[in-house]
Amino acid sequence: MAEEVLVFGAWGSPFSRRVEMALKLKGIEYKYIEEDITNKSPSLLKYNPVHKKIPVLVHNGKPVAESLVILEYIDETWKDSPILSKDPYERANARFWAKFIDEKCLSAIFKACWGEEKEHEKALEEASELLQFLENELKEKRYFGGETVGLLDIAANIIGYWLGVFEEASGVELMTREKFPKLCNWANEFVSVSAIKENLPPREKLIAYFRNRFGVGTASK
Amino acid sequence: MADEVVLLDFWPSMFGMRVRIALAEKGIEYEYKEEDLGNKSPLLLQMNPIHKKIPVLIHNGKPVCESLIIVQYIDEVWKDRSPLLPTDPYQRAHARFWADYVDKKVYEVSRKIWTSKGEEKEAGKKEFFEIFKTLEGELGDKPYFGAETFGFVDLSLIPFYSWFYAIETFGEFNMEAECPKIVAWAKRYLQKETVAKTLPDQKKVYEFVGQMRKRFGLE
Repeated sequence: MAEEVLVFGAWGSPFSRRVEMALKLKGIEYKYIEEDITNKSPSLLKYNPVHKKIPVLVHNGKPVAESLVILEYIDETWKDSPILSKDPYERANARFWAKFIDEKCLSAIFKACWGEEKEHEKALEEASELLQFLENELKEKRYFGGETVGLLDIAANIIGYWLGVFEEASGVELMTREKFPKLCNWANEFVSVSAIKENLPPREKLIAYFRNRFGVGTASK
Repeated sequence: MADEVVLLDFWPSMFGMRVRIALAEKGIEYEYKEEDLGNKSPLLLQMNPIHKKIPVLIHNGKPVCESLIIVQYIDEVWKDRSPLLPTDPYQRAHARFWADYVDKKVYEVSRKIWTSKGEEKEAGKKEFFEIFKTLEGELGDKPYFGAETFGFVDLSLIPFYSWFYAIETFGEFNMEAECPKIVAWAKRYLQKETVAKTLPDQKKVYEFVGQMRKRFGLE
């Protein structure tokens, strides 16, 4: 039976881009459907009635939602070019850091870039602390996944690309080469991988979007 | 080499209970270490420096943190018995999705109810009923959330049963009246020895929550 793979996403969302990156890395063909998140399609609401969010992967009519859940589904379904180690401890480690990025980093980064002025110093410190954990986790590896891009690298796309965009849009400096040499090197390596590069939203368009949506950053006030 | 398994935990923690049930299901022997969360041990801070939270599973000296991640780790290491997740990728994704839903929604809203008063509490209750209605919808007419037997989602939710009495008493509602299917499901699951032996008594949890409320100035 011919496989049908659909991805419901939004052009600027790191979460839906994660799904596309994983599919591209594995050479899986899919149909992409752009969602207007201010006017969600009946299909999206049907496929993700619980959260009504993108991304949703629909494989032969069956939906999977939540980007990290989707990444694991992709890895378990299409076994070429694995993005998770076979070792249970390494798998637990990758899952831990991916969750850390989603639950802690994103909101901290946002606060540092666009939070209240009076809390700016504290927000900057907190975000830096979190980045330091990731810097330490990288160690001497080329990618978080080791020699090849793995689930954690894909989950860290926020750090690898979107963070730079937030910095430029808001004028806040967070991930400097001085403080985070390993993360900066990793980010360069990450965005150079063709399956990743092909799936990055255009930088200028993204900067304009965030500037528009959140205004000029705290630092510029 | 004999496996050395240590669990850093706190007896009323719903997250810790998940790990205890998983270990019991797999028949794994382990050392349980009770943490005083007001005075965290050097071991906890060393093993979970990022979040400084329980539960932490220490397997042959290596720490694993975050309860659902620990449960999956346990399932993958001791894979020869009592599977905690289904084998089919779609069913696994489905299980992970709903366990993630429980993680994101149930704890927060429950906490809202026992830590607030007045309007905030009422808003919390409304949200609580909506979330449990969604869970009841997912359960449907099945005896359990899992595909073939009690599984990952069941395990992720059942610890809240030990908190039901506390939540309904401080929330001033009746769990069985509001969420009959969930209560029936919980009682069914409690017939399993591993669960019945692991979950603390509801009255004990109620007393514990009462003490916490006093500390927050709610009593």
